[in-house]
Amino acid sequence: MLRFENVGMRYGVGPEVLRDVNFSLAPGSFHFLTGASGAGKTTLLKLMYLALRPTRGLVHIFDRDISLTPREELPALRQRIGVVFQDFRLIDHLSAVENVALPLRVAGAENVEINEHVRELLSWVGLGDRLDARPSTLSGGQQQRIAIARAVINRPSLLLADEPTGNVDDRIAVRLMYLFEELNRTGTTVVIATHSNALLDKFGHPVLRLNEGELTVQRGKPSATAKPS
Amino acid sequence: MIRRTDIPFERDQSTRFLPWIVALMVFLGTLMFAVALLVSDAVETWDTTLTGRITIQVPLREAAPEKVEALVEILRSTDGIAAVRALPPDESRALLVPWLGEGVVGSGLPVPLLIDVEVAPGSRIDPVVLEARLVETIEGIAVDDHRAWLSALINLARTAELLALAILALIAASAVIAVVFTTRSGLAVHSAIIELLHQMGARDAYIAGQFQIQAMLLAARGGLGGAAAAGVVLLIFAWIGRGVESAFLPRLNLSVGDWLLLLVVPASAIAISMLTARMTVLRALARMP
Repeated sequence: MLRFENVGMRYGVGPEVLRDVNFSLAPGSFHFLTGASGAGKTTLLKLMYLALRPTRGLVHIFDRDISLTPREELPALRQRIGVVFQDFRLIDHLSAVENVALPLRVAGAENVEINEHVRELLSWVGLGDRLDARPSTLSGGQQQRIAIARAVINRPSLLLADEPTGNVDDRIAVRLMYLFEELNRTGTTVVIATHSNALLDKFGHPVLRLNEGELTVQRGKPSATAKPS
Repeated sequence: MIRRTDIPFERDQSTRFLPWIVALMVFLGTLMFAVALLVSDAVETWDTTLTGRITIQVPLREAAPEKVEALVEILRSTDGIAAVRALPPDESRALLVPWLGEGVVGSGLPVPLLIDVEVAPGSRIDPVVLEARLVETIEGIAVDDHRAWLSALINLARTAELLALAILALIAASAVIAVVFTTRSGLAVHSAIIELLHQMGARDAYIAGQFQIQAMLLAARGGLGGAAAAGVVLLIFAWIGRGVESAFLPRLNLSVGDWLLLLVVPASAIAISMLTARMTVLRALARMP
């Protein structure tokens, strides 16, 4: 699914923010990504969602070597990756429905299909009554749920989430984590970047830990809570 | 429920000026194109009506009917001449009225007899040879094939036509520059959304298409306005110039075909704007990973 081999990354002539990163994600796996601020989490996520190319090393995604993949073939790969940004990146002039529908529109889906799926998902994340609301009229937590709905609307093969539970209360955070686990059970590979040790302990998935640009992989612990049936 | 564009162009201040810029350019371009069409029509008229004709002046003192009749017969029997017509004195005088006035012409001014000769299509008549031959019949005769002064006039008109088309090309180039800067400004203003769409897997053509539609709408608004304003100016100009009727001056009103041709200017402005916006966006996106 995803493999990094000796990946290094630097911006311009600055120091390497990632050094010799080696790891692989099996299809259908679930990982947390953690590390102190400035450890390189965002850079690693950007490499994973193909917003950056590494300055050295190899990145394989969906069995494709990115360095050998022509630029015009990258959009099709990106359409298989869902991303939840820490700052949500919702488009202000679009309604909740329109924001969530974007990945489907980009992929060329029909309007009827878009309407049906988007409304269903927004209802599932508890925003069924705010379909036509603009992001600026919603709370931080509601915006975050829209950002998550947008990332998962087209059932991505790989879901990357940067602090997806950072702005919601514990009840909603757990509900969102269950949504990610539900997606994971249907085959989506999930990587959640988080600072929350409580979340790591509660769900017990393997951890990619970044420390000053170097990555170590820790095996998961048994989950502390039972998952909903 | 689903919006046509993901990018909020209506919030982009720089796009507000584009319709005005396009309107101004289409206005000037349409006028320039109209000038080029009028000049082109005039040159064509001169070419067809004057270069195929020769005028022979017979001094009044030599214009006895039998001599003129003999002259006409010689001309009719000359190879390459299709038709010969001796103008009645009243018609010859009427030609002078616009230049000298009714009073002078009507006061007994000796006006030479004019013979209008139509040269057969594809034939050439040497005026010097013809004059030498005719002088044997009538003393003091003059043959004028209009070519000497007409070729200079046609050259001048062709130069004016080329100048008008060159100005039209410069206006089009200015429109391209305006659209490039507006599009680049739009790319900068909406960079966050473009980056987001790019990350979601939007192809370059998807993003460029949104800019292209926006450029089309803005250019259409400006282009149609500019063309309408130019049309009004041309109608006023034609109305003012309706009294200036002369075979010598170009006509100042456009034909239906010319009016239809003028629509090429706003249509081109819209097409150029769309294409320029698309190319600008595609070039910018090509720098993204």
